[in-house]
Amino acid sequence: MLVCPTVGHIIPIFFSFMENKTTQLIRSKTVDSDGRRRFLRYAGFTAVTASTILAACENATMEPSTMGGMGARVAADGSIDLGSGDVGILNYAYALEQLEYAFYVQVIATPYAGITDMERMILTDIRNHEKAHRDFFKAALGGAAIPALNVNFSAINFGDRNSVLTTARTFEDLGVSAYNGAGKLLSDGNNLVTAGKIVSVEARHAAIIRELLSPFSTSFAGDDVVTSDTGLDVVNMPGTVLAAAQGFIVERITASNLPTM
Amino acid sequence: MNLQNLFNALENVDTEIYERVKHVSRRQLFSFGKKAALVAAPLAVASSLNKAYGQSMPDRTVEVLKFALLLEYLEDEFYRIGLNTAGLIPAQDRPIFAQISKHEASHVALLRTALGGAADPKPNFDFTARGAFPTVFSNYDTFKTLAQAFEDTGVRAYKGQASMLMVNDPVLETALRIHSVEARHAARVRMLRGMKGWISGMDGFPGAVYAGEQATNEREVNVPGISGISAMNVSEAFDETLTKDQVLAIAIQFVRA
Repeated sequence: MLVCPTVGHIIPIFFSFMENKTTQLIRSKTVDSDGRRRFLRYAGFTAVTASTILAACENATMEPSTMGGMGARVAADGSIDLGSGDVGILNYAYALEQLEYAFYVQVIATPYAGITDMERMILTDIRNHEKAHRDFFKAALGGAAIPALNVNFSAINFGDRNSVLTTARTFEDLGVSAYNGAGKLLSDGNNLVTAGKIVSVEARHAAIIRELLSPFSTSFAGDDVVTSDTGLDVVNMPGTVLAAAQGFIVERITASNLPTM
Repeated sequence: MNLQNLFNALENVDTEIYERVKHVSRRQLFSFGKKAALVAAPLAVASSLNKAYGQSMPDRTVEVLKFALLLEYLEDEFYRIGLNTAGLIPAQDRPIFAQISKHEASHVALLRTALGGAADPKPNFDFTARGAFPTVFSNYDTFKTLAQAFEDTGVRAYKGQASMLMVNDPVLETALRIHSVEARHAARVRMLRGMKGWISGMDGFPGAVYAGEQATNEREVNVPGISGISAMNVSEAFDETLTKDQVLAIAIQFVRA
């Protein structure tokens, strides 16, 4: 997180920030000749209030990303905003992948009582998949990425099979619902395909975790997640997903620049 | 019009196809009449989709849904026959295939409703693929092999068409929600066969279903390189797409002449 400069330093920093951002936006194909004026209005240039300046100086990245949208922002209170546009959605996915990976790291580091070889193999595979997802998003987002998150797993009993697997089920189903809901929020088809490549793997995880909890039942694609009369899987918007995930994440995550419902 | 496009697409991937389906296609085209097909079908589509989704769909969206319907018809009939074949599916596994079958039937109904008058009738299927799988409904292992192939194909097919649906949010969301259900099915069937729930390298049969699944570079990011995760695990972590032509080349093997 950036440390805020004193007021005397803010104005020149703010102007250089504006200049930098405007130049990059004008380079972008999506901004017309009127882009500068519209952007300046958006940034509150005509009324440089204390809060605007603070918002600017709190911005950890300040970079419009090539992925589309503005990058993450860490506020003075430590809360993390995911950013806007496709970047905001990809940061949302990145946050969930960070959470999942941290969970499975702990699952493998302190295996629950009575874990079988097959279960250990499955959970190790999943841990590795989540790391691949997490690291991919970090690399793809570059400077627009949210920082590494700290997790709070105090509600999980890692020594207990049921506690671990029901939490895994929650995370995987939540991930499926999140990607299913976020697809329509993406503007770039390449980002949609990338999300699609990942969501089906999350769905595979969910099915296998559910199988471990309830063998040879219909749970792998159970009526609690797949609507019985339409055959459609769970879907949630960012507001719902983040509310469910927040309990496991130390930093407050905000999606104030994304559609949340 | 759309029907003709489908046959053109099929013809591109299998030069025999026109010979095999030309009577059907001609009869269907004649029954519409050329003018009627051009005028009435889009009207029917628009009216049914207005009801279903509150907005009309462009031709490209309709094409994707027709393509999806073909795959869902295939899966639906496959499981229905399997479940109705005495002695094929062991009692312990029946709930699994009954659940999958229930979803495929729902997907068919949903897509038919969405397409309205533009929905093609169900083709006649030959699940032996003209003799390539003669024991499909008499040998449980063959049945499971094809179940896995159909589900993994479905996952890859929907994914490959997703970006074509970005113009219509409700349709895109519906397709994504079918897509992840196919992935749940695929994972369960794979496990039933003693395989990993995720596609590892190109493991599976027939090979065309798994073409390109070994990929480990995503968006020009060398994922094993940046993550330290093995190429095998990275290939599992990302399900790759299949193009429409690749999927049709697989599906057409199971469409009866």
